[in-house]
Amino acid sequence: MTKSNLTRRGMLKTGAVTGAGVALPTIFTASSAAAFTNEPTGSSVTLGFNVPQTGPYADEGADELRAYELAVEHLNGGGDGGMMNTFSSKSLDGSGILGRKVEFVTGDTQTKSDAARASAKSMIEKDGAVMITGGSSSGVAIAVQGLCQEAGVIFMAGLTHSNDTTGKDKKANGFRHFFNGYMSGAALAPVLAARYGKDRRAYHLTADYTWGWTQQESIAAATEALGWQTVNNVLTPLAQTDFSSYVAPVLNSGADVLVLNHYGGNMVNSLTAAVQFGLREKQVNGKDFEIVVPLYSRLMAKGAGENVKGIFGSTNWHWSLTDEGSKAFVKSFGTKYGFPPSQAAHTCYVQTLLYADAVQRAGSHNPCAVAEALEGFEFDGLGNGPTLYRAEDHQCFKDVLVVKGKDNPTSEFDLLEIVEITPRAQVEYAADHPMFAGGSLGSCNPGA
Amino acid sequence: MLGLNAKDMSLLIVVAILTMCAPLILNPFPADSAMAQFNAGYPDLMQKFVIFGIFAIGFNILFGLTGYLSFGHAAFLGVGSYSCVWMFKLLGYNVLPGIALSVVTSGLFALLIGLITLRRSGIYFSILTLAFAQMSFALAYSVLSNPKFNLTNGETGLQVYANDPQWFHNSERLPDLPHIFGLSMRATQKVSVGGWEFQFNTGYYLCAFIMLICFYLAIRIFRSPFGMMLRAVKSNQQRMNYTGLNSRPYTLAAFVISGMYAGLAGGLLSAVDPLAGAERMQWTASGEVVLMTILGGAGTLIGPVLGAGLIKYFENIFSKINDNVLHGWFSFLPDGMEDLMVTLIHPFVGKGWHLTLGIIFMLVVTFLPGGLVEGGQRIGRMLSRKKSKEADSPASTEPAE
Amino acid sequence: MDAILLQVLNGLDKGSAYALIALGLTLIFGTLGVVNFAHGALFMIGAFCSVTLQRILNASFETISETEKDFLGNPLKVKTPYVESWFGPEVGASIIDWSVPLAILFAIPIMIAIGFIMERGLIKHFYKRPHADQILVTFGLAIVLQEVIKAFFGANPIQTPAPDALSGVAQLGEGLGLQIAYPIWRLIYIAFALLIIGGVFAFLQFTTFGMVVRAGMADRETVGLLGIDIDKRFTTMFGLAAAVAGLAGVMYGPINAPNYHMGMDFLVLSFVVVVVGGMGSLPGAVLAGFILGILEAFASTTWATTTIPGINQIIIYLVAIIVLLTRPRGLMGKKGVMED
Repeated sequence: MTKSNLTRRGMLKTGAVTGAGVALPTIFTASSAAAFTNEPTGSSVTLGFNVPQTGPYADEGADELRAYELAVEHLNGGGDGGMMNTFSSKSLDGSGILGRKVEFVTGDTQTKSDAARASAKSMIEKDGAVMITGGSSSGVAIAVQGLCQEAGVIFMAGLTHSNDTTGKDKKANGFRHFFNGYMSGAALAPVLAARYGKDRRAYHLTADYTWGWTQQESIAAATEALGWQTVNNVLTPLAQTDFSSYVAPVLNSGADVLVLNHYGGNMVNSLTAAVQFGLREKQVNGKDFEIVVPLYSRLMAKGAGENVKGIFGSTNWHWSLTDEGSKAFVKSFGTKYGFPPSQAAHTCYVQTLLYADAVQRAGSHNPCAVAEALEGFEFDGLGNGPTLYRAEDHQCFKDVLVVKGKDNPTSEFDLLEIVEITPRAQVEYAADHPMFAGGSLGSCNPGA
Repeated sequence: MLGLNAKDMSLLIVVAILTMCAPLILNPFPADSAMAQFNAGYPDLMQKFVIFGIFAIGFNILFGLTGYLSFGHAAFLGVGSYSCVWMFKLLGYNVLPGIALSVVTSGLFALLIGLITLRRSGIYFSILTLAFAQMSFALAYSVLSNPKFNLTNGETGLQVYANDPQWFHNSERLPDLPHIFGLSMRATQKVSVGGWEFQFNTGYYLCAFIMLICFYLAIRIFRSPFGMMLRAVKSNQQRMNYTGLNSRPYTLAAFVISGMYAGLAGGLLSAVDPLAGAERMQWTASGEVVLMTILGGAGTLIGPVLGAGLIKYFENIFSKINDNVLHGWFSFLPDGMEDLMVTLIHPFVGKGWHLTLGIIFMLVVTFLPGGLVEGGQRIGRMLSRKKSKEADSPASTEPAE
Repeated sequence: MDAILLQVLNGLDKGSAYALIALGLTLIFGTLGVVNFAHGALFMIGAFCSVTLQRILNASFETISETEKDFLGNPLKVKTPYVESWFGPEVGASIIDWSVPLAILFAIPIMIAIGFIMERGLIKHFYKRPHADQILVTFGLAIVLQEVIKAFFGANPIQTPAPDALSGVAQLGEGLGLQIAYPIWRLIYIAFALLIIGGVFAFLQFTTFGMVVRAGMADRETVGLLGIDIDKRFTTMFGLAAAVAGLAGVMYGPINAPNYHMGMDFLVLSFVVVVVGGMGSLPGAVLAGFILGILEAFASTTWATTTIPGINQIIIYLVAIIVLLTRPRGLMGKKGVMED
């Protein structure tokens, strides 16, 4: 398996430990040195889908898994082909990857970095997965990305929004299609300034962990650049369920905007508490009090129910987009499952196609060849407009959606409406931006 | 031999043979067969088996012998893991200093917490240990990972970065991964025999070797006067105190020893995979080691190891059985029957593995208070009763009481 | 001043939930001598009673709309709840709106039944077993219950909003020159908790049944020797404790959207509350619940977290450790309880 850096001397030692000096009879064939980890040899190739199936993000995970299954179906020539038909690169033809049938194994991250790594390790060691993808939390994505770098397989990140994934924790074998905290801030701030004015005082509640901090830093910097003031930033424990003690002081702080840097259950609960305390009916400094949720997802919006109406945030993608790629994806997903896909499903589906396409173009599953094919890759037709996989940090650059909770939803899926499609140029940043500094990609690791 | 009686010696030898041959035993199915997904003989899971075996053996020294139910043992495991990774960050990737430090720090941490919590017994002790562990977890998850003083790296988990000092690391000669004198923990020799494929992994054999030492030490503790004293604490602490013996030093020693076992397990977890996440300190992780020990059989020597193996097997193998796999199994049935079977089994496998685990655990606690070991003994007795009426349970697996 | 009073209210609010759960735990422990780790799960099931009722009331039939389209461009299926077609749209809508208060009536029989089944089916067999076994089997039960709920309702939280009329904000203390805006439903929750607590105490104090149970708590054997079927009464007490936990859960729904692991979240904290209050002491459990709730609220203020970083996450445990080390039996514990 990972025989990286296995010296001859090390080999001998392994032999001494394991075989205890027993000469191997000829029926034992030590596996021949492969060119890279889990090089597919048979008629199929195995991908590893590592998503949260238990724990608080299990519903996101289930939607990601649906998208993966759909992607595999399309790669193998089943279904209507989905976004393969609209994708600007035409190397995929429904005959699997490099002529091999695509198979997959699934694992449960439990939204814990330990469990996620164990699950990814087992997919690599036991099932021979040549690529790992998935995740619904940045801590998990970073932990699994590190593992894939060490093991010598490609990691295609799922839903991970922290700046660190392609910032200080970026890895040569890891790629992210999803947007990040900086992009949320850059897209959201101008819209907020246009709607709510430039003279605003913001109070931040921030989940006390890596993602929360980078999200808060990004949105505070972006809004302050447009004239807002940040009155206070209060860190809330991740395990907090009742936010009343954190919301109550907002009333008398002189702030007129509340920014909730929370995700998942945290966001549902903090937003519920803020609405209960009547913040949205308040008038402060002669202005209507406003609440902002920088990172939105439709599944979360569903959890928050009525409370999301009229509240601004950003997302990576939304099913109501009308470009050809999105329409094709919504159609094949909706036909198969009966409801529209979430943004997590979208990014996971796209990541799988991008990987398959890169392998096809490179002519090999070798992580170094795949990385080379993805670096600097420009593509279109996957739902976000023209997109670039930047070589310097393996981050995708594309349009970002600013959305708001819909006032009069027509169905249980119709919860968000798109306010603005922020063009890619506005959310781009230099690869050495201070918020992303401190790490290096290193060099690609093919494992064997 | 080695200060053990014949029965203990034979138990130790059996365990040694089993652990050394685990890569063969745990892969009973050919790699291409439909049953291959039940194979457990791959490095990550085998490492987990022995590492959590060590954790459970240590927990059993406290709970099985003294009856003190700690709900905070995962904190020591976490402290051990963090210590080990810090050694990687500062010194280099050789695992020995890391493992040594993890035992030392977790021992000190256990001494400190033990001094406070052991002032109380019964459920008060359980709640106190729980409180300490939850505090450690909460702090490790957030406050101790702030940019100014980053001890734990929070949610992501502590890991080695390229700009860490690693004073004794020479990446020319040594692998950029945990190793023992140049031999990478990840180094795996794959051997194919016919349709079977076996994986012999360095990290596993290091952990297995350490587990055997731990197991041997645990037998010695169980059979020593010190072990007797601990059992006396369990059966009646008051009576013991009336005879003029102060039980506190004994329980404290047991607490520290089991804390060091937990720290060692944590250190080994980091040695085979150099990332220490805070979740391994959460109270549910402490609950897991309780489950392992009880499932296997508290107070028995081999029980905790069995329990650890069972739970890790569930977590890693059972959780992988998704609907596709189920449809594959029942595809020989007519369509309606196939769907019915899949619907019936679906809630219990795959992501429902917690449910199955909970049910098994309840059944074991209700009907087999001695855990799997008692189950084994009952079956053994039933079989041997046919042969002779003087069936005697093997001493090696006798519960503490 | 306003800020302090606001945090006191927040603390009372949190404390109400702690106190109700701790009260039930103590009832079970005091009467049956069983440490019930599945009590958090009962709280969670209570909350899901109102989710279930909401689902029942929202049971709908579909009509195909001529004009509107769904997301795939097919004709939209419009759902109309049966209650709206039976009672007319306005009455139907207001019935659905009031589903949480209605769920109280719905939950009481269900929770009592669940309590009976738990006690007769499982707990009964553990009276003579060590406390450790009781903890373990109920811990297993808690895992099973939460997984079953997750299998039915999914992992995401489900909103159970308060009726519109009760979901606004109340202005308090205007006559005293104070300006405190506090959500009405949270005030109702505090009042409700006090009512239940008062009811349970009155029941134990002023009824013959309660008198026997109290006698049983003090000396089970003697009461048994007097020819009173104490077991039957204890089963009833288990049902009562389950109902208290369940009602606490129903009423908590509008404050925080119910999810499958809310029981586990509360379980650890409520055990700490029980131990701080003193095992087996009902007033102790209630008192400790409110005190810890208020302390937690104050530890969450910016002032506290900047003075001692992280204090908001550890305050309850810290207090528990200090109390247990200085007052070994908790605030109001009796001698000889759980000390073997």
